[in-house]
Amino acid sequence: MEPVTRVSGSAYPWGQKNVDTDVIIPAHWLKTIKRSGLGRGAFETVRSAPGNIFDDPRYAGSPILIAGDNFGCGSSREHAAWALADMGVRAVIAPSFSDIFSGNAFKNGIVAVVLPQEAIDRLLVVATDQPVTIDLETMTVTTPFQGRFTFTLDPFRRRCLMEGLDEVGLTLSKDTAISKFEEAMHQQRPWIDQRSGNAGIAVEGAGRT
Amino acid sequence: MSPQPRTLYEKVWGAHVVERRDDGSCLIYIDRHLVHEVTSPQAFEGLRSAGRRVRRPDLTLAVPDHNLPTTARVDAAGRELPIADAESAEQLGALRSNVAEFGVPYIDALAVEQGIVHVVGPEQGFTLPGTTVVCGDSHTSAHGALGAIAFGIGTSEVEHVLATQTLILSPSKTMEVRVDGSLGFGVSAKDVVLAIIGRIGAAGGTGYVIEFTGEVIRDLSVEGRLTIANMSIEGGARAGMIAPDETTFAYLKGRMMAPKGAEWDRAVEWWRTLPSDVGARYDRTVTLSASDIAPALTWGTSPEDVVPITGVVPAPESFADPSKQAAARKSLDYMGLVPGMRMQDVAVQHVFIGSCTNSRIEDLRAAARVASGRRVADGVRAMVVPGSGLVKRQAEAEGLDRIFAEAGFEWREPGCSMCLAMNPDKVPPGERCASTSNRNFVGRQGPGARTHLLSPAMAAAAAVNGRLTDVRELI
Repeated sequence: MEPVTRVSGSAYPWGQKNVDTDVIIPAHWLKTIKRSGLGRGAFETVRSAPGNIFDDPRYAGSPILIAGDNFGCGSSREHAAWALADMGVRAVIAPSFSDIFSGNAFKNGIVAVVLPQEAIDRLLVVATDQPVTIDLETMTVTTPFQGRFTFTLDPFRRRCLMEGLDEVGLTLSKDTAISKFEEAMHQQRPWIDQRSGNAGIAVEGAGRT
Repeated sequence: MSPQPRTLYEKVWGAHVVERRDDGSCLIYIDRHLVHEVTSPQAFEGLRSAGRRVRRPDLTLAVPDHNLPTTARVDAAGRELPIADAESAEQLGALRSNVAEFGVPYIDALAVEQGIVHVVGPEQGFTLPGTTVVCGDSHTSAHGALGAIAFGIGTSEVEHVLATQTLILSPSKTMEVRVDGSLGFGVSAKDVVLAIIGRIGAAGGTGYVIEFTGEVIRDLSVEGRLTIANMSIEGGARAGMIAPDETTFAYLKGRMMAPKGAEWDRAVEWWRTLPSDVGARYDRTVTLSASDIAPALTWGTSPEDVVPITGVVPAPESFADPSKQAAARKSLDYMGLVPGMRMQDVAVQHVFIGSCTNSRIEDLRAAARVASGRRVADGVRAMVVPGSGLVKRQAEAEGLDRIFAEAGFEWREPGCSMCLAMNPDKVPPGERCASTSNRNFVGRQGPGARTHLLSPAMAAAAAVNGRLTDVRELI
């Protein structure tokens, strides 16, 4: 993953609440077996309306999206984060995010910045003609004249973002601890292991609803 | 000093901590990982390109569900029929080759055990009380009905679990949602969960794990509990849990992948220690009274937009929050509804009975009871999509398929189907569907499709009357 320390540029001043993942990327785009190319389907329904914010030349290619409460609610599809990344969005600023989406965003180097609604309201106005800067070093969102808003970020996620760390690789280095846990589990809760006995699934006729 | 009383969530969490980290997050062991074709190809690709293996194939179970057409899968001679949509076929093929390459147990599309991943897990006894269950699908919350911490994950996390059998997680806040009393005539689990979401809102559970408690929950079957926990995510909570009890144990005993013999006894002994202790503290408690819950449905494009069937389409001005007013105006425009209209006067063209929320045997029985001896109204297309091959077989043994067929419902093969319109089952633009699924988002059941979420019995009632109907008039 590419390290991210700063996202700066124009921002889509959208402000929409409860943006669900079906809006970010409709289900028919989910048939891909790749991560790339989903930008074409991003916000497809919104974009079908004339004069929509995503096709407004003032904001074309903006690296930042400003949204309302509960951004990314709905399904767990990481395609939503891939679609945003593919259309060039590197950060989303909103009063709240769905738990699953914020995890997916982080894993794709997209910064999910939580700011209170008052700050969002101000940014929505400012962003119509001024750039916005998100700095992970100082944990601030700044605009040229009006403002400076501080935010917090989970320390681990911040470090992963700033150093571009491979989380799977990090956890694989904990192999000894995981193996130790598995041994203890095998003693305490042996029924969790499916290695013996039940491993072969799906014997015809054995099932009930 | 006696130990601090703990909640169900805290107990199960505590049993899965591999390592505590300085920032409060934990490396959590994952007992059960369900995999389907849509959210896994990129995860397997990640493993392949990094030269990594699946750490515990035995704790993993793969089954295709989202893309499969719900039409016949074999021809008259029993030969597998090709899947018309090339991209769907490619994704299903990718799952098949990935499970073979990585040695993951797999239920094939043609097996009788195939079904929606959240129906299959409990049905096979793969999901157990006190486990951690994940799947690349937000409705994994359903498995919490058996007393598991179960939640949906993204594809990067799918890859993380495949490679390490763990996830890095921060503990959630806890919310108790207690439903007291006993349900009135014609009121089902779906009505209860819709009432809960209507109360807490679509973002009300964000950051929380919900524990559903109270007499109503205790009295529900496991099937009903699965419906409730399934829609925790529609209330914003990544997971919802229900304490395991005798109902849970009776449901699981003897299932294919459930523990057997002495191991079963030992498991039950531990499971009995899991319910929240007296005096355990939740970060938030919400209480509902069963007497306030009527057969319900949604009117808008957020699952929080809930009204009783006896109600009317609300006026946007009736909401205090200005942004909710704006959202309601947009919703009503999309849904083609006007404030003040009686919900029971709204005509439907489609009825969908299925999805991981409501496609289990009890759901089909409830719908069949209403459909029996009646006919689907002219101009309505109604389909029943069982949650799994085993549900389908059971329903056929009980003659439910004949009841549906005689009433004019289509009887289909198992899968996710019209819940998310990823396979060919779609609602055409501008048309209206009474659906037992879980999401009424814009475009969810097809571009321009209008969705009303409701229970299986209410869906069947809408089918026979051709309009949204109070099921209590028909039973």
